[in-house]
Amino acid sequence: MGEPRRKLTGSGRTGRARATETVVRTIIASSGWVAIVILTAIAIFLGTNAWPALSSPVAGLWRMLTGTAWYSTATPPEFGFLPYIVSTLRVTGVALAIAVPIGIAAAVFISEFAGRRIKEISKSIIEFMAAVPSVVYGLMGVYVVGPAVKDLLHLTSALTALSAGIVLAFMALPTIVSISEDAMHAVPSDLRMGSLALGNTRWQTAYKVIVPAAGSGIFASVMLGMGRAIGETMVVLMVAGGTMDLTWSLTASARPLTAVIASEMGEVVQGGLHYSALFVIGLTLFVITFAANLAADLVLERQRRRWRR
Amino acid sequence: MTRARARARTRRARVVETLMRIVTGGAAALIVLSAFGLLGYLLVRGLPSISWVFLTAMPKLGGIFPAIVGTFWLTAGTAVFSLPIGIAAGIYLSEYAPRSRRTRFIRLSIANMAGVPSIVYGLFGLAVFVMLFGFKVSILSGALTLACLTLPVIITTTEEALRQVPQDLRQASLALGATRWRTIYKVVLPAAAPGIVTGSILGLSRASGETAPVLFTAVFFSAPLPTSPFDKVMALPYHIYIMATQPNHPQPGIVWGSALVLVAGVTVINIVAAAWRSRARRRVTW
Repeated sequence: MGEPRRKLTGSGRTGRARATETVVRTIIASSGWVAIVILTAIAIFLGTNAWPALSSPVAGLWRMLTGTAWYSTATPPEFGFLPYIVSTLRVTGVALAIAVPIGIAAAVFISEFAGRRIKEISKSIIEFMAAVPSVVYGLMGVYVVGPAVKDLLHLTSALTALSAGIVLAFMALPTIVSISEDAMHAVPSDLRMGSLALGNTRWQTAYKVIVPAAGSGIFASVMLGMGRAIGETMVVLMVAGGTMDLTWSLTASARPLTAVIASEMGEVVQGGLHYSALFVIGLTLFVITFAANLAADLVLERQRRRWRR
Repeated sequence: MTRARARARTRRARVVETLMRIVTGGAAALIVLSAFGLLGYLLVRGLPSISWVFLTAMPKLGGIFPAIVGTFWLTAGTAVFSLPIGIAAGIYLSEYAPRSRRTRFIRLSIANMAGVPSIVYGLFGLAVFVMLFGFKVSILSGALTLACLTLPVIITTTEEALRQVPQDLRQASLALGATRWRTIYKVVLPAAAPGIVTGSILGLSRASGETAPVLFTAVFFSAPLPTSPFDKVMALPYHIYIMATQPNHPQPGIVWGSALVLVAGVTVINIVAAAWRSRARRRVTW
């Protein structure tokens, strides 16, 4: 007799516990959605703020993407940001050309050659490198790397795409090393033991077994490192120089997409066409890094599924 | 294959082995050395400027006190907004979320959030918190922007810490008649606390060093000490950026001193957190 009644109303401690359970579950479950909500909000607000420029007769997406002149104060203004896209490509290209080989080699060493102590120490040092604020890397670029590059190549300016790219390489390295190393570490040790038992050296094992098996993780690490380099603002703002010319030269100065937003957003009329054009650049960055991250994530997930037995 | 050729092959493999050991080891050493180089250079250039006056005086007297205060409040605000939501989301993913397409989608969004460039968060904060919500350029807007940027770190580390708690503990608690939430609150969370705290500190310390997101949402070069969350502030990273790129009055002493304070602050907090975690781990055993 008492059973159904208690189920309906709940009595005393049990009822209270059940009520709390429901409330808490609702709160926690809705927090789970926060990432989707914020990501969607970012896309929506970038889109709506970029819309005035995208729909304007003097700008428009195609004209902006292919235009080579950016004169925000001219009448009519020009918002072609191809030179900035090329700047981003130059700087990111330098960064990856340095960081990918060094990063993967270091990951192979830490995962396959190093003893436990060296492994732990180098891992925590790489963690430290990832924790150093980007503005400090920018400082190193302005005071150390830039002048060194200038003296070495006898350039007229220290602020070039090359020096910015070198600094960015050091910022991308922690990402590339730690994710590649994780991927190599996750390769089942049967494979490693099998290869060694067949008489392969450690390097042959690494080269022929471990690296191919961890290939997708290594690819993901490069994608994520690239995302970091493309999205980094302070280093390129301080070190790259900031010329508007369309050039592929590495020893010329550069003005990557992030630097344009950071240096011009402070002086625009909020709500104006220039303001909106900067949001178009933001949207472009968002789309590029989103694609890089998505590729990395899908590949990592595939690998995870493969090693899960 | 003749014996001589086999021996030659072995010898070649040994040479290559040694060579690659040196090459890959060299790459690792290069990274480690550059980290030490960075730290050493910071110490050499920054230490001479560090003094009591430098840390506690206003900029007019050669100090960076308002920048330290501003960074403190921005970080505290970030913690207030990001910790409750981030930890709740981490609990959801580890304890409640079913293995479904929807959960997979949530995880994908979190990974993607972590990859959004910080300057894009700055634009988002400008459009939403500064303009739409009308918070103006303020600590509040900056903290909300930084909270968005920090959330993925906190969610992921919370989830990972919770997953490391063995299933036995949960089942024992449930078997004693505790509800799901009581089990999480009384058993799982305390066991995972060290991991959650360390991960959160890592995320927050990263937020404290960010410049791009607060550029148009919170900072102002010579702002006075803040009196409310709606005030503009100075911040250490922004102060470093401005001082380093001033063409007329370069003051490298202030720049390197501020950089050392920032890096030392971030590093010390992280080391303390990591040390505390390893001690706490030793205390909680299962």
